[in-house]
Amino acid sequence: MSGILASMIDGLLIGSVYGLAAMGLSLIWGVMDVINLTHGAMIALGMFGMYMLFHASAMNAYILLVPVIAGGLILGTIVYWLSVSWVIGRSQLMSLLSTFAVNMMVIGIGTAIWSTSPYNVDFSLPGITVGAYTFTGNHMAAAMSAFVIALLLELFLYRTRAGKAIRAVADNREAAELMGISSTRVLMIAFAIGIALAVASGALVSTLFPFTILSGASYQLKSFVVTVLAGLGKPFGALLAGVLLGLLEGAVSPFIAVSWIPLIEFGLFVLVLIVFPRGLFGRATA
Amino acid sequence: MKRAIFVGLLLLSVFVAAGFAQTITLGFTVSRTGALNVDSLEQYRGFELWRDTVNAAGGIKGGGKSYKVQFASYDDESNSKRVQQLYTRMILEDKADFLFSPYSSGLTSTAAVVTEQNEKIMLTTGAAEEKTYKLGNQYLFQMFAPATQYLTAALDALKTKDPKASVAFIYEDSSFSVAVVTPAKAYAQQQGFNVAFTEAYAPNTTDFSAIIDKVIASKATVLLGGGHYADGSTLARQLYGHKVPLKMITLLVAPDSPQWSELGDAALGVIVPSQWEPQSTFKAQYGPGGADFAKAYTAKYNTPPSYESAGGYASGLVLQHSIEQAGGTDSAKVAQALNATDITTFYGRTKFSTQASEHGLQVGHTIFLAQWQKDKSGKPVKQVVWPLAGKSADLSYPIH
Repeated sequence: MSGILASMIDGLLIGSVYGLAAMGLSLIWGVMDVINLTHGAMIALGMFGMYMLFHASAMNAYILLVPVIAGGLILGTIVYWLSVSWVIGRSQLMSLLSTFAVNMMVIGIGTAIWSTSPYNVDFSLPGITVGAYTFTGNHMAAAMSAFVIALLLELFLYRTRAGKAIRAVADNREAAELMGISSTRVLMIAFAIGIALAVASGALVSTLFPFTILSGASYQLKSFVVTVLAGLGKPFGALLAGVLLGLLEGAVSPFIAVSWIPLIEFGLFVLVLIVFPRGLFGRATA
Repeated sequence: MKRAIFVGLLLLSVFVAAGFAQTITLGFTVSRTGALNVDSLEQYRGFELWRDTVNAAGGIKGGGKSYKVQFASYDDESNSKRVQQLYTRMILEDKADFLFSPYSSGLTSTAAVVTEQNEKIMLTTGAAEEKTYKLGNQYLFQMFAPATQYLTAALDALKTKDPKASVAFIYEDSSFSVAVVTPAKAYAQQQGFNVAFTEAYAPNTTDFSAIIDKVIASKATVLLGGGHYADGSTLARQLYGHKVPLKMITLLVAPDSPQWSELGDAALGVIVPSQWEPQSTFKAQYGPGGADFAKAYTAKYNTPPSYESAGGYASGLVLQHSIEQAGGTDSAKVAQALNATDITTFYGRTKFSTQASEHGLQVGHTIFLAQWQKDKSGKPVKQVVWPLAGKSADLSYPIH
């Protein structure tokens, strides 16, 4: 197997986790018009949630995703009522400041509890070796989990009454309210799902790499890039854009120093903003 | 009446004694948070154990007085901007008499600008890069063996096992690692090794997949590099996970930490250039022996000391020795005593260059290589494998 192909497969696997992280951000933006700056902190909490559950139970880390996601839904509901519900419909600066404040509180409390030392979820699945290259079982399981969660979200949004209500509110909140949909409740559910997606992506990342309470920041940045590439408010486009970003990283890394990759990514980000101001999937996804 | 005179004399003697028991303030920052916190906290524990030991013995004796040691210490968050602010604060507001460096070459070079401007003595530990000592500084004294020695020792050891090895340098893009790798790469080429691949990575890197794919493609059999704990432990774990067929892995700093054993099988075989190991057998002319230090440290912190901890304690010892030699805390006299220092403690020999071009550079201390191996009970332990004269076990090559 060639080094480029191996690198692209690695990129594809990690790209799906980027995509899952960006889906949460994109969903909240699309439904609520809120740029959620708690995203990185929630990813970090997902990492520590997985760490604590794994150490308490010693179960398969990917089975533990279920309680972690449930915890994410509860957390999302709490954060919604504490900091977001008050600023819905007000200027975006208010929601930026409100979510940023929660972000700082979570990071502060997290630093006090866990310091900034690196933690590991010491769980590994057997990988697949092709020639000189080994693809770790954890990378494959994380990518598969990301796709399964994305599929479940799609089923929820398109096949359930609550999901259809979320889409209706995202399309036209006033019209949805006139049809008897409680937008407050729908917004809360959408926010909780968005946070649960961020928490789930953090939990998946924790099975791949060491992390600290500050680790969410870099994934938040990547999520913003992916969200803009996909088109704001396009959760499934975000998953695809995440995969594309991972593939791009994999394709270019054999030819340049890895430290140059962010430059390529942000160059692409600017290019997409110029050429496709509504994102790569801005028109295709309703 | 006699009784009243006796009580009066007793009280007087207490007051006089209290007058003689003065206090000196040592200022330094610790990276309690941020990327450097694992190594920095180990260094701090060395400072702390030394302080407690000295104070329990009545303080530092100099010029007929005793000086109790107190710290002025803050969290620098592994951030050089904080270091600049805090060293200024410690000198101007806390009135620190002497300073210890923060952990890492990068933070130390920032602190050195402030301490030199204020003509304050700073003993640097956890700061091996030479560049800072070649800027004409007068009050800076380096405890660690310089960075150039770190990987050249590994290459010397490799030459005895595999003189035609193919080497990859993968290292953190930080001032310390660059200072280590740049001369090591030249030395590798000079020694006839094939340098198959070289790449620096950002200090906060967590995903090494792309770099590992490149190492495999380069067909390198030996990997040298790393940086600090966070990146080094991640790199080792991922090299193991990707089953990279390497015969030797030498990483800077990280494998010296007792935490390294938590990596399980990924920890085994990895070599670390070390400033000190508990197996070191230096005959201390001053201060405790190595075994006594390790015992006291383990008793206090419930973990064995790393070389960062030993460096911290030894910095205190060297400062203590200089104050005693100077007969007090006068900065100029203590600096003079440091310039004349040539002592062996449990940590090894300490001697500072007095040449104008490299004043304060460490010229007495040398590097060990320690390798993680299994002991008889199967438990991972560090063994000294280089230099051969001081080894506690043979170098395991190839690793697996």
